[in-house]
Formats: sequence, C-alpha cells, structure tokens
Amino acid sequence: MNNSENEYGRRKFIEKAGIIALGGMTILTIAPIFFIVGYIIYQGSPAISWEFISGFPSDGMKAGGILPALVGTIYLTVGTAIFSVPLGIGAAIYLSEYAPDNNITRLIRVAIINLAGIPSVVYGLFGLGLFVLFLNFGTSILAGSLTLSIMTLPIIISTAEEALRAVPQSFRLVSVSLGGTKWQTIRRVVLPQALPGIITGIILGLERAAGETAPILFTVAAFFLPRLPSTPFDATMALPYHLFVISTQVPGMPVKIQFGTALVLLVFTLSMNLIATTIRSRARAKREW
Amino acid sequence: MKNPQTINEILITFVIKASGYSAIFFVALIFYFLLSQGLPTLKLVELKTLLSVRWYPIEELYGILPLISGSIVVTIGATLIAVPFGIGTAIFIAEIAPRWAREILKPIIEILAGLPSVVLGFLGIVLLSSVLREALNLPTGLSALTGSLLLGAIAIPTIVSVAEDALDAVPKEYRDGALALGGTKWQTIWTITLPAARSGVLTATMLGIARSIGETMTVMMVTGNAPVMANSLMVFFSPVRTMTATIAAEMGEVASGSTHYHALFFIGIVLFVISLIVNVLASTYVYRHTKRSEKLLS
Repeated sequence: MNNSENEYGRRKFIEKAGIIALGGMTILTIAPIFFIVGYIIYQGSPAISWEFISGFPSDGMKAGGILPALVGTIYLTVGTAIFSVPLGIGAAIYLSEYAPDNNITRLIRVAIINLAGIPSVVYGLFGLGLFVLFLNFGTSILAGSLTLSIMTLPIIISTAEEALRAVPQSFRLVSVSLGGTKWQTIRRVVLPQALPGIITGIILGLERAAGETAPILFTVAAFFLPRLPSTPFDATMALPYHLFVISTQVPGMPVKIQFGTALVLLVFTLSMNLIATTIRSRARAKREW
Repeated sequence: MKNPQTINEILITFVIKASGYSAIFFVALIFYFLLSQGLPTLKLVELKTLLSVRWYPIEELYGILPLISGSIVVTIGATLIAVPFGIGTAIFIAEIAPRWAREILKPIIEILAGLPSVVLGFLGIVLLSSVLREALNLPTGLSALTGSLLLGAIAIPTIVSVAEDALDAVPKEYRDGALALGGTKWQTIWTITLPAARSGVLTATMLGIARSIGETMTVMMVTGNAPVMANSLMVFFSPVRTMTATIAAEMGEVASGSTHYHALFFIGIVLFVISLIVNVLASTYVYRHTKRSEKLLS
C-alpha cells in the first residue's frame, strides 16, 4: 500500500516536472517574439515622421525617407495580387469542386506542396532566367511581380481550397436541385460562403510576398532610384531590399534609420497578418453552419 | 440545346481546369529553367573542380563542397534548436494548455512566421551577433552559431503548426484509454499520443529542416559568408557560407551566360532537388490527413 502510494507520488512528480518543462520551452519560444517586435517598435519609432514616410533617401541613404521603397513594395504587392489571386482561386475551385480523386489530382497536390517548399532564392533564379532574360522583361516590376506570384500561389490555393471545402455539401445540392448549373452553384452559393476564408488566404499570401527579399534581388530591386517607377517595366526600390541594403551595404548608416525602416516593414506585414486573422475569426463567429 | 449559357459554362470549366493544372506546369517550368541554365556548368567546369573544397569564382574555382558544408552546418544547428522547442511547444499547445491559452499562443507563433527574414537578419547584425561575440569572446559574431539561432526561430512556426495538427488528429479515445488505466497526463503524452502522431511529428521535423536549408536572407546577413569547409565542431563559432547565400550574394554581379552564372544555377538545381525530395517524402505522410496538408502550406 505504502509502496504503491510512493509510486503514485513519483509519477505525479514526473508529470508536474514534465509539464513545467514543456511550459518553460513554450515561454522560451514565445518570449523572443515579443522581444523582437517590442525592440523594433522601441528603437524604430523615434525615426518615424511624415518626412521619413514621404521623402526620398538623401546623403547616400544616410538621411531622408523611404518613400520609393514603400511605394515599390505596394506596387509589387498589388502586381503579385493581379496574377496570383485569379489563378489561385481558379486552382482552388478546381481542386475543391471539380477534381476527380485520381493520380493527376494527386500530382497537382504534390506540385503545390513542392511550390511551397522551393527556396525563395531559387524563385529568384527562375524569375531571372525566365522573366528578366528569356522573356526580356528586364529588371522590372512585371518580372518581380510574376516571380512573387508563383511563390505566393501555393499559399492562396491551399487556404482557398480549405475555405471552399468547409462549405456544407447540402448548399450545393439545394442549388443544383433548383436547376442551377455547376458554375452557377459555385458562383452564387459556394464562393460567397467561402469568401472570408479566401480573402484571409490571399492576404496571408501577399504578406509573404511583401516581406520577401530573395526573389526580388535579381528580378526587380534597385539599390537607389531618384524617382518613383512609372510603368510596370521600371525597376523599383522595395522595403525588404532597402533594409538589406542599409544594414549591409552602406557603411556608417545611422541606426535610427535602419530601425525606422525595419519598423515600417514590420507594420506593413504584421497589419496584413492582423487583418487576415481578424477576418477569419469574425467569419467563424458569424457563420451559421 | 447549345445556348450561350452552356458555352459559358464550358469555357469557365476549361479556365478553372487550366488553373488547377497550372501548379504542375510551374514546377516543371522552374525545373526546366534551372536545368537549362545550370547543366552547362558540367561542360564548362570539370567535375573534379566542382567537387573540390575551394569556391573562388575569380580564379575559376567552383568547388561547391564548402557551400554544401555551410548549409549543412547551419541547418544542423537550427534543427537542434527548432526541433525540441518546436515540438515541445506543439505538445504544450495541443495537450496541456487550456483553450484560452491555445487561442493566444497560436496567433503569436503565426506572427513569428510572418516576420520578414530580412528583419531577423537585421536584428542578427545589430544585436545578436554583438551579444554573442562579447558573451563567448569570439573574434566575430557573424558566425554559423548566429545563423543557426535565427534559422531555428524561422523553422519553429512550421514545426509547431504541423506537429500540433498531428497531435490534434490523435483520437480522444486513445488518451481517455490511457488515463482510465491510471496513466498520468505525462505518461499518456509520451507513451500514447506522441507515438500515435509520430509520422506527423516526423513530417514537421523534415519540413523544418527544408525551411532551414532554403532560407536565404537571414543566413546571408549573419553568417559572415566565408566559404570554408567544416572540419571540427569549432566551425559553429566561425563564419560559413551557405548555398542560398552564395546565389543571393553573387548572382547580382555576374554576367549572364558566364561560367559563374551557370555555376550559380547549378547550385539552384541542388537546392531544388533537396527541397523536392524532402517535400515528396513529407507529402507521402500527409495523404493520411488532408487537413494536415492544408495546414502544412499555410
């Protein structure tokens, strides 16, 4: 009796120690995230001013603002959306509504997983080889956006497909039984219901595109441009590349401007993250099925 | 019978089907371009040179072994950090944390996934490298260790999300059975839940490793970029250079069509093939759980 009580106590002790250890690991994983975000806000906010957001870099990047980089990142994000959103939603509709359960569909899924796994710098190589050189788009917003689109595609496809699949089968059956065609059913019934989930996926994909540096290194990014790009065939500065440049390529760079740039990039991507999570949780709360 | 409505329907079905197939097309296109630009390396550079330990393009030395070694070193370092912490966090979130804590922890991990790698690289330069240099009394803070720590942070969200899904997919009855037999929560986790989810946990680990090998900006900014072969454990405290960083650092300065240009595409082939192998292996597990494959991509 005493013995088994000891045994029980020992096991309870191990359980407690184990849970504390796992909790500690979780804290050690989470704490740096707060530190990183907090530290950049703390160090970067003194640099933020209207002049910083709306001015061009001057004095060899050591003074002035980041307008051309900010505008370039917005152009690239929009350019990426133009290509990847229709294609991504189309592919998601195919996989969720049309694709038969066969080997070709399985191959499509393996291809999507592979697209998601290809290193970002390899996308850069591909964009350079195909869009910049072979198709002769040059170092341009067009080449960069196309490269980023293909990189973003798997994220949009997988989240949009998940959203479409979540729509109950009965919705489709009712529409078809009322005489709706397959496309009418998808457009009028399935897509509207899945819309919040699809938008969440799109924003998460574009967030990734906005923050990436490696794919734009040789396809679009410019070290410094004295004016804003005016056509899709122009090169442009971009926030992530600008941060890379001013933290590695420019000696004697004021720390304040570096942190300010990092903060603007962080706010840009994290606010997209926040919008996406908010849309998702709102839609989940409102959902009637 | 053929009215505009059905023609419209046929057209749209075709467009949708084409978008569905586009993923296969893009993977093939990427591989084709890498091969077409990278394979000429084998004609231009002797195999003996290519498999040597000197990467020094100015003297036409294109030995890729030090670059592969650099990638392996930082990836091992990152894995040693990310796997225990990632899986520990996943177990905590899936098995121990109450519902409200789970709802807070998951979005925070997603923030880490959303941090641009250039931001982590920047912090590595201005903060982590100098902290490590002073703490460990090193000649330079830009080393494999700094790279490994940051890569670990980058791999953690992937590992947590895939492993947590795998643990979540273990039927509740398994746990109930173990608890009913008098097992503690800890025994249930170790002897029942974790073994039942092992394929998913393995997938998580593999994807984390793939993420580390492919990461570019962070390693390029913080590892010091010296293409040297690893020959002892001390390599962690010295600069290394990875395959990804080499492409990113040098491609901007080479003339297209030169030997150097083709050699960089050749490294791209190596990276592509590694990620292809890892992802195909990982996805064979994924088919047992469709939901997991969706999570795996987000």
